[in-house]
Amino acid sequence: MDGMQNQGGTTPDEDSWEVAGQRFRSRLIVGTGRYKSLEETGEAIAASGAEIVTVAVRRVNLSDPGAPMLQDFVDPKTYTYLPNTAGCHTAQDAVRTLRLAREAGGWNLVKLEVLGPPPFLYPDMPATFEAAEALIKDGFQVMVYCADDPLAAKRLEEMGCVAVMPLGAPIGSGLGLTNPFMLRSIIQNAKVPVLVDAGIGTASEAAQAMELGCDAVLLNSAIAHAREPVRMARAMKAAVEAGRHAYLAGRMPRNYSADASSPMSGLIK
Amino acid sequence: MAESIEITINGEARFIRQPASVADLLTVLSLDTRKVAVERNLEIVPRSAYAATALAAGDTLEIVHFIGGG
Repeated sequence: MDGMQNQGGTTPDEDSWEVAGQRFRSRLIVGTGRYKSLEETGEAIAASGAEIVTVAVRRVNLSDPGAPMLQDFVDPKTYTYLPNTAGCHTAQDAVRTLRLAREAGGWNLVKLEVLGPPPFLYPDMPATFEAAEALIKDGFQVMVYCADDPLAAKRLEEMGCVAVMPLGAPIGSGLGLTNPFMLRSIIQNAKVPVLVDAGIGTASEAAQAMELGCDAVLLNSAIAHAREPVRMARAMKAAVEAGRHAYLAGRMPRNYSADASSPMSGLIK
Repeated sequence: MAESIEITINGEARFIRQPASVADLLTVLSLDTRKVAVERNLEIVPRSAYAATALAAGDTLEIVHFIGGG
């Protein structure tokens, strides 16, 4: 192999993606919620190889100010914290939450999600547009959770969102990619990174999202609610890498008849 | 005895001895200023302004931090 150039395109070491001017090698973003303990959160996130983690913004517990904090287990110096607006059902609440997040963390890169009512918590797109506009005007770099709607995704991109993040399926549902065709069309039309966010339930679904050509996937419950979260975190890391390689390698065409892999010549008679 | 004022912090009524700034309040509450953000009457209080921001009767404060979330 001496002197040979890499013929297979991007090597794992070179493969990376960029959002808001920051370059990342891991294409897996993980949430930090729903774990049994902060210890388990820290272990699972380390096993996932993620470089970006989503975090929520909530009131401090005044009666127990010394309680262990997420930062003690998931070091903000090691991981890029991506504050979210989970639980926000209006544009105003989302903007208010992220202004507080910016003050708490000191950075502008955020995840916007404005959700409709239970039981689906489907992205509320009119409210999402309104919040995105206010946040962009206020200097935020907005990664935005959105419907699997190519027109909505394009509009968010044109408004100046730094990444669009259509859902695979409702948050926490673990149903996988319910609309791969629309995800694919969003990816093909986008000029900003596209991340599949929400709905992934197991490793093969993360790989499928990467095979569609998305830049990264964002998931939380699939790891946190697995029987062994740390092992599932490893599985997700491998799946995202496998899916990315498969996408770059280019799958073979589908044939509706057999095409033997072994030569037909030299058969014994 | 110093005069106390009633303010609302994270939805709870609290009596605070006057004079008090946001910085004083965070000390009383034993909160690490590096890990929280404060909103007073719907306006963000920048960390650099904690000491200079005096609390007044009827103030409504939100004090938040990062927790696990998806």
